[in-house]
Amino acid sequence: MNLEILTLQEQIDGLREKKFSSVELVENYISVIEDKEDLNIFVSNDFEKALEKAKKSDGSKKSQQDVPLNGIPMVHKDIFCTKGIKTSCGSKMLDNFYPPYSATVVEKLEKAGSICLGKANMDEFAMGSSNETSFYGAVKNPLNIKKTPGGSSGGSAAAVAANFSSFSTGTDTGGSIRQPASFCGIAGIKPTYGRVSRYGMIAFASSLDQGGILAKNIKDAAIALQCISGYDPKDATSIKVEVPNFSEDCESSEFEHVVGLVTDLIDSFGDEDLSKNYGEAIERLEKLKIKTKEIELPNLELSLPVYYVIAPAECSANLSRYDGIRFGYRAENVENLEDLYFKSRGEGFGNETKKRILIGTYCLSSGFYDAYYKKAQKIRNLISGDFISAFKDVTSVMLPTTSGEAFDLGSITDPVEMYKQDIFTIPANLGGLPATSIPFGEKNNMPLGIQFIGNILEESSLLNISNKFQLGEK
Amino acid sequence: MKENWESVIGLEIHVQLNSESKIFSNAPTKFGSNQNLQACEVDLGMPGTLPVLNEKAIEKAIKFGVAINAAIAEKVGFARKNYFYPDLPKGYQISQLDDPIVGKGSIEIQLGDQEIKTIGITRAHLEEDAGKSIHDLFENETAIDLNRAGTPLLEIVSEPDMSNSDEAVAYLKKIHSIVCALEISDGNMSQGSMRCDANVSVRKKGEKKLGTRTELKNINSFKFVERAINFEIKRQISVLEKGEEIVQETRLYDAINNTTRSMRSKEEANDYRYFPEPDIIPIQITSDQIQRIKNELPELPDEKKERFINELGLSEYDARNLTYDLELADFFEKTLVNIDDPKLVANWILGDFSAILNKFDAEANNSKVDAVKFAELLTYLKEEKISGQATKKVLENIWENPDLSVSKSIKDLGLEQISDDNEIEEIIEKVINDNPDQKEQFLSGKDRLFGFFVGQVMKESKGKANPKLVNEILKKKLV
Repeated sequence: MNLEILTLQEQIDGLREKKFSSVELVENYISVIEDKEDLNIFVSNDFEKALEKAKKSDGSKKSQQDVPLNGIPMVHKDIFCTKGIKTSCGSKMLDNFYPPYSATVVEKLEKAGSICLGKANMDEFAMGSSNETSFYGAVKNPLNIKKTPGGSSGGSAAAVAANFSSFSTGTDTGGSIRQPASFCGIAGIKPTYGRVSRYGMIAFASSLDQGGILAKNIKDAAIALQCISGYDPKDATSIKVEVPNFSEDCESSEFEHVVGLVTDLIDSFGDEDLSKNYGEAIERLEKLKIKTKEIELPNLELSLPVYYVIAPAECSANLSRYDGIRFGYRAENVENLEDLYFKSRGEGFGNETKKRILIGTYCLSSGFYDAYYKKAQKIRNLISGDFISAFKDVTSVMLPTTSGEAFDLGSITDPVEMYKQDIFTIPANLGGLPATSIPFGEKNNMPLGIQFIGNILEESSLLNISNKFQLGEK
Repeated sequence: MKENWESVIGLEIHVQLNSESKIFSNAPTKFGSNQNLQACEVDLGMPGTLPVLNEKAIEKAIKFGVAINAAIAEKVGFARKNYFYPDLPKGYQISQLDDPIVGKGSIEIQLGDQEIKTIGITRAHLEEDAGKSIHDLFENETAIDLNRAGTPLLEIVSEPDMSNSDEAVAYLKKIHSIVCALEISDGNMSQGSMRCDANVSVRKKGEKKLGTRTELKNINSFKFVERAINFEIKRQISVLEKGEEIVQETRLYDAINNTTRSMRSKEEANDYRYFPEPDIIPIQITSDQIQRIKNELPELPDEKKERFINELGLSEYDARNLTYDLELADFFEKTLVNIDDPKLVANWILGDFSAILNKFDAEANNSKVDAVKFAELLTYLKEEKISGQATKKVLENIWENPDLSVSKSIKDLGLEQISDDNEIEEIIEKVINDNPDQKEQFLSGKDRLFGFFVGQVMKESKGKANPKLVNEILKKKLV
């Protein structure tokens, strides 16, 4: 049996019904992973330990409720700290970093019984949209190895698409879960900011970063999201609310939907294929008899410049701790303290990371703070305000995930062109809103994605509409 | 100071708050443990770790604010202050910029018989302490100890309201007594629980505009505050009198050579690139919380001073000096439990007892002579069983020999006062007989020779004769 092509739900059911064992599942995955090493998806793996854990899971007497993911193999983005296991964040800076603690997300998934097979490659410090900024080289898109899998959670998306696991963790600061999900033809969800603990998730831009799930479909994403959500006393920005039953809500018939549409805005890009795919998505909603309403997001286009002030500003401070003093890369043969800083950071960081640190440092500098950072925060509030008004009339907003399909590796060299990748995904991060990406349509034989953005803490409704949309007509 | 100059001084005082755990992590704050054993992954600024605010630090800061009648912020937000230094693990310090927890307030100071002066406090904000760089442990290498990293600090910023080093010291002492009374810090300056930077400028008398200031760093005792400021005032005046200009800069006080030297100029100053700390959501402080803290406030030094004056009959001067140092005030009150003579006790505590503390570099709370023993000693004095001179000797003796009882010490030193009339008469007669000339002169009107006879009697009795009796009997005998 090709166990690796099963969905998470199918694996949970199969294990429960003892159709196969966790050990078989893990062994199956290991052989697939070893077969497809060329995709460059894993930065590190721990197959021995995974098999050990699988054996234990198979003998476990714990109830389904206590360990909902008992014996299920999975993959972590290498941004999540894993105790005793290398956590590189795609950077030379952390190539030697073995954290003495695990991220809350990692702990939660362990507690749920899942088994980590390995750590997925990613853009360095999650800065990139193509996985090409990784110190370990780009991941190849399993659907076409000439193409990028997207980024920054490129390894996590490719892992699911290449059947390395049924689901994986990712993080999303400006689209880093949704864009690679779209490029690899899978589903992804970035929950509400604060729904998932950021503790042990290496920070890029603290006010935007949010952990989430990449999976074969929305139902699977809901099951896994359930396991990683919840208040964490170690993260002051995590929200103290009960976590609903996402997998039940995902399939519930209780939810009423009014989907907000921005047809005019999409058409204004003058991209026929983009408009066509969006139009077809609207048709699907109509066929599903889901109410729709045209809305306005007047400040949406400002998202990109705002993001590229706020994210670099925060990252410039977040990445100051990589100074070669306590952990991570330290340059050799240095003259003095300043030399140690210059060389360690100069040699340890890649170009994209350095560029963003420089941009951020500039934006925060005395004399520029008001013009850049402060102004960006004001516009961020305007963009959030647009969504707050929109959610008075609608329950979710539908947007394309990306403006196009996965591009060829190495084909985008203009940084601004690359940054434009995130134009539809960034607004959800600026507003702290939950958002999904669902495979829909294709272009040049590569998948496209449709994005739903929900209201704060309304993941249940968001998952419900996303699932309906993904399943399509009955 | 030279006559035509005046100086303007403002202080920034860093007070380590005595919370059990750090301001943004669960690691303990205890002083003196082995290097780097009290620093957890958060204090080390390890990847992915996040700060979580310790509510106790907020509580303690509010206490201070309420005690100085300052406005307490409704919204308390933190900011990142960015700079690179090896003992600053994250490469930024979590501090406060726009929403300091404590707003404008003031305290009163008084020097000698001068009028009370109000010193304004601009603000007090919370921040985390950095670690320590140790340069003399390894050759050519610097060691980093992060035990201190993340210890909660309250930075208290004064207005430039002080005009000399005496006022600065009085202000610092007052802040010290307040934070100690509030029990929000142990106030231990030698362990760095209270540190101080001074902003100093000078200008010609009558000038309205402030002169260019320098910031003196690294001042960690009352004595050094005085010396550093005095040195800096002199230095600035001499620079200006040479027709040169003061450079706005940060200067380091060198206690060993009693001098200040340039650390960095304004041009080299860091651009701290402050921005709101995204990892900590601003917290709201309710008026209920402030009211509760107000109600629970302990007796403050000024209130204690008033009580000492009004209820115990102390002079303003004694009461003020006793309440500068709460341990001293506490020792005073403990002593009073066993001897009801506030004035006598205050005199001795501020006089010889303080002197002995100084001599042995001790504090009242770890005094080798406890309040019970001290009261016993003063009771001997009060009941005229020993003289003042003898009391001093016994105090030193029982300090150096803590196992010795007061009575045993008096006996050992042979200092029991002679209060036997006959014995004193005998000595007096001997003294008069030995000094016939002086007797003659006294009788012929040289009154001040009476003192000479008292002195001789005390000398003859080795200081043990009861002075009151000596006076009485001498008067009779010299007629």
